[in-house]
Amino acid sequence: MATPSLPAEAPLSRSQPPSGPVIVFEDVSIAFEENVVLDGISFTLPHGETKALFGVAGSGKSTILKMALGLVKPDSGHIYTLGEDVTQMTEDQLFELRRNVGIVFQESALFDSLTVRENVAFRLMEEAKTPPEEIEHRVREALRFVELENTVDMFPAELSGGMRRRVAIARAIITQPETLLYDSPTGGLDPVTSTTIVELIIKQRDVSKTSSLLVTHRLQDAFVMASHYFDTKAGHMKPVPPGGKIEAPMAFLILRDGKIIFDGNIEELAHTQDEYIREYIS
Amino acid sequence: MAAGDFLSSIELISPADFAKRKIQSLQDYSILAAESVANLFRKPRYVADMVQQMDMIGFGSLPIVLASVFFTGAALALNSATTLSRFGATTVIGQLVSIGIVRELGPVLAGLVVAGRNSSGMASELGSMIVTEQIDAMRALGTDPLKKLVTPRVVATVVMMFFLTILGDFMGLLGGSMVANFLLGMNAHEYWSNAWQTLVYSDVFMGLAKPIVFGFIVATIGCYYGLSTKGGTQGVGRSTTEAVVAAMILIIMVDVFVTRFLMVVLGS
Repeated sequence: MATPSLPAEAPLSRSQPPSGPVIVFEDVSIAFEENVVLDGISFTLPHGETKALFGVAGSGKSTILKMALGLVKPDSGHIYTLGEDVTQMTEDQLFELRRNVGIVFQESALFDSLTVRENVAFRLMEEAKTPPEEIEHRVREALRFVELENTVDMFPAELSGGMRRRVAIARAIITQPETLLYDSPTGGLDPVTSTTIVELIIKQRDVSKTSSLLVTHRLQDAFVMASHYFDTKAGHMKPVPPGGKIEAPMAFLILRDGKIIFDGNIEELAHTQDEYIREYIS
Repeated sequence: MAAGDFLSSIELISPADFAKRKIQSLQDYSILAAESVANLFRKPRYVADMVQQMDMIGFGSLPIVLASVFFTGAALALNSATTLSRFGATTVIGQLVSIGIVRELGPVLAGLVVAGRNSSGMASELGSMIVTEQIDAMRALGTDPLKKLVTPRVVATVVMMFFLTILGDFMGLLGGSMVANFLLGMNAHEYWSNAWQTLVYSDVFMGLAKPIVFGFIVATIGCYYGLSTKGGTQGVGRSTTEAVVAAMILIIMVDVFVTRFLMVVLGS
């Protein structure tokens, strides 16, 4: 897919990227009624890295994303997002933090009574700090990033599944967040559309240097992200050349029975001796 | 399904757990109701959303409220005439319809009709937003769903219930007037004069205080059940039904207590 490169000023990228981990889970546990979903998990998402979360259905992948954003509180443990302990914050305090963390929900979660423009502009309109002309400019810029500028006046019901995911990505990036959380962004999509979405995620990672957690069931998506980078001059993703001059900052985390059984890069994953993981990736 | 399978599929809850769940629900509802009022004094205030809800709740409910109270007023006049004629007192129909509609039937009928139409609508709308993660998305985008969705609905329902009841009361009296004029041959001036003169301050106050309470019940119950939805589209259906049932039962129950309370306060 040939995607347009960002303007020279790259307004969708941040001017002062922070250092250090952006998300830290420390001994986090959560149960729903009698069912223990996560049992004392700990992991770190370093700045600039994309970490793909794998696990069978119901293993707590989406719950991890919601906990990172403070939408769900854990039963025990601490979660630090951009240096703030979200387990100790009130909802009002979390609203400010969430400005710097974008999320793309599993089924897009677009507001079906609002147009694409209103969906993408939702946060800016709610904050009521940005002039309407500036909002319009940023909405169009975000939609241009996902190549859907022509859908600005359409309603979500008029869009295909893949288009809705792309609008959800545009909505998530409009405030130029430091971190992005993707919940099965390619789930239920055809291979071509999935590749489009994967390329957008790679583009966001490599152009805007955004850290992200990515929940997915599709191993091939994560492998593409680990083996490709976004070439801004060419305007599309390319395989990472051998020699280590260009790196794709990608890690993998696998959950099983409420525990983390793997947390490492693609090399470590390829050489693991764990039978379950070998079967999982085969 | 065999009887054994059916029995084994039923989730057994201990009385203690059942009580805990009910108390938890009551606590959650109380918090939502309190927050919906407290949000009136916090920014941002969603005035445009309030006006939009007023249009949907108020004007949307207008025809059915007017029709239901109109025909109830007519039926009340008919039934009263049968009894009053035995005592040769059909001239007081206007007084009876007036007191009955303004103090009791107008507010309660309007409350029940608005509950049937709007508690269900709110529960299904918010329930759908829950199951499609739109509420989570709203929170993730820095907006408090209680401020954005619940408070405008509560304000709109309370305000519009007040005016719907006034219009409903008038239609109820008009229904009684139609029966008195055309079926019982009463003089219209006599009917309206009796109906007007019998009303005292406490009757009107009681008739206008109740819709405020009922409006609050309709909106908070609808929103509470909507935001408590669990279990996909089936859960949305369940929430919708429960919201209507709970709102209607509460209106009828609370009506007794509000009536007694106002009678004591107003000394009527």
